[in-house]
Amino acid sequence: MTPQIAVFLVLAAMAVAGAVNLILQRHPIHSALSLIVVMVALAGLYLLQGAEFIAAVQIIVYGGAIMVLFVFVIMLLNAGEEERTNLSRMARYVGVPLGVVFLLEVAYWIGRATSHMAQSSPQAVSTRELSTLLFREYVFPFELTSFLILIAILGALVLARREDSD
Amino acid sequence: MLPPLQDLYRIAPEIVLGAFGMLVMFLAPIIPKSRHGVLSAISLVGAALALAATRFTALYPGAAYSGLFRADAFSLFVHLIVIGVAFLAILGSTNYLKREDLDAGEFCALILFATAGMGVMAGAQELLTGFIGLEMSSIASYILASYRREAPKSNEAAMKYFLLGSFATAFFLYGIALVYGATGTTHLDLMGQAGAQTSATLLKMGLGLIFVGLAFKVAAAPFQLWTPDVYEGAPAPVTAMLSTGPKAAAFALALRILANVDAAGPLWFWALWAVAVMSMFAGNLGAIVQTNLKRMLAYSSIAHAGYILVALAAAAATDHPEAGIAAALFYLVSYALVKLGAFLIVAHLGGVGERNVEIEDFTGLARRQPAMAACLSLFLLSLLGLPVLAGFLGKFYVFNAALESNLIWLAILLALNSVIGAYYYLRVMVAMYMREPSKPIATEPVPWTLAVVLWITAAGTIYAGLFPTRIIGFAAKAAVNMR
Repeated sequence: MTPQIAVFLVLAAMAVAGAVNLILQRHPIHSALSLIVVMVALAGLYLLQGAEFIAAVQIIVYGGAIMVLFVFVIMLLNAGEEERTNLSRMARYVGVPLGVVFLLEVAYWIGRATSHMAQSSPQAVSTRELSTLLFREYVFPFELTSFLILIAILGALVLARREDSD
Repeated sequence: MLPPLQDLYRIAPEIVLGAFGMLVMFLAPIIPKSRHGVLSAISLVGAALALAATRFTALYPGAAYSGLFRADAFSLFVHLIVIGVAFLAILGSTNYLKREDLDAGEFCALILFATAGMGVMAGAQELLTGFIGLEMSSIASYILASYRREAPKSNEAAMKYFLLGSFATAFFLYGIALVYGATGTTHLDLMGQAGAQTSATLLKMGLGLIFVGLAFKVAAAPFQLWTPDVYEGAPAPVTAMLSTGPKAAAFALALRILANVDAAGPLWFWALWAVAVMSMFAGNLGAIVQTNLKRMLAYSSIAHAGYILVALAAAAATDHPEAGIAAALFYLVSYALVKLGAFLIVAHLGGVGERNVEIEDFTGLARRQPAMAACLSLFLLSLLGLPVLAGFLGKFYVFNAALESNLIWLAILLALNSVIGAYYYLRVMVAMYMREPSKPIATEPVPWTLAVVLWITAAGTIYAGLFPTRIIGFAAKAAVNMR
């Protein structure tokens, strides 16, 4: 077992454990904290693939900014423990088996597909190459995302304004 | 290295829509609310200029931005539908916004931005670009659905739409990731060429997940559960837009994938077949028991998504998908005209707070407002598929395309469903013409803006029914050379 695979297994186990814990926890703040574990583990996986820029962005944007927002929202709403209702019980008995089936199916097909694939060594994409790609070839969708964000801001404005109109 | 100037011409409609959306957004806080009609007027100018700007895309056809976007006859056709829908929806909602005391600024800006997103979907030749267009239109739709802030139903609609829509988005994104993993590209044309040497199973899974995401957006069964609640809860002019524009754009994206990626046709065929049949039955059988006109029209739009999916199945079944694609495009035009008109009539007749939207409330409408009753009947008859109206020819072309692809059973089920549909459309007409009013309802005068929209949609419905040659000719031209 090469050290890469060992590191991968540790990080992957962390990510999966964090994700499972996210769902199992009943208090939203605990779920949010588990999400941080997932984000950081993912950043480690990106680093392992030689994508240091993506890894850094993952930590700064997801692990930092977005998680702060999550925690803010949970505190502002003062969200307590989630309650179990009949519907959530149904979700457990129907949703969990369905999710497991979907997971196994995806795992099976990906396993089958990749076993036929040629071993391709991960190419390290430098930040320079990435930015060239982003600002030359993909400049159109890149600019479009600013419109997407503008729509989201406008939406936040519309939703927030209703409070003071009451 | 800047992209060439022609690329800007090819996305001219999106530029105009985006610019006017921002203009309206900036003007909204400056202009006092009593004069918000100005904002609607500016948005209308924006939509009209965007319609004019599609001329540029016709003059400079071809790929733009290193093949991410494509201006061709197909994208032009869909652009004309979605921008036309935006124009009519803004015009038809001016009086509604005043009546319900809602801000016109953000409303119009969101419609313009959403339309820009739909335009991107129409021309997207690459999955990520298409995805961002899809999200632009979806996020704007979620907000528009919640626009009637005092109504709990409107908030519920927005919440349901948002949660389920995000779920569908996750499917779509996961699909893109798998397709990229299989082919190493997100460009549709390269994906088509990659063909054999790619990992087939991953590609199939990816395309399957993309299909689920798109089927949700077009409200096809079994992904349709959100539709009645959202269409009922959203403000009626928003429903008019939601049930037409985004649907056309999502179908455009599906058709683009179908035409470009060879693996998609055989893989999607049975999925399309099954989803089409389920949508037709779920929509028509669901509509029969509805007492609320808005809900009934929502179920009918599920059924109509099923009819369009028959055209897609016909396109997927053969190596020559042109007939199926052209039929789907023509159907989208006829459907958009009719649904826009019908929902805007409901918006007007519903009265303040949309209280009178039960079918009971439309009894005796022919005596109170004969013109409105006649208009609504025209639209219902077109939905039903009466000859000489656009809806009939839409069904006819879809039926023909299904037969040409040897999908006899699908064609039979389509005909059967049209018959089921006749029951609930005629029930509304019977209520309007043959029954006495159940309660006194104040008659509001029809504002001229709505009258213009109804004239356009009604005339369009009859024109497309009587002289379809130009539209179907254009659609047939759009269906070739999609890759």
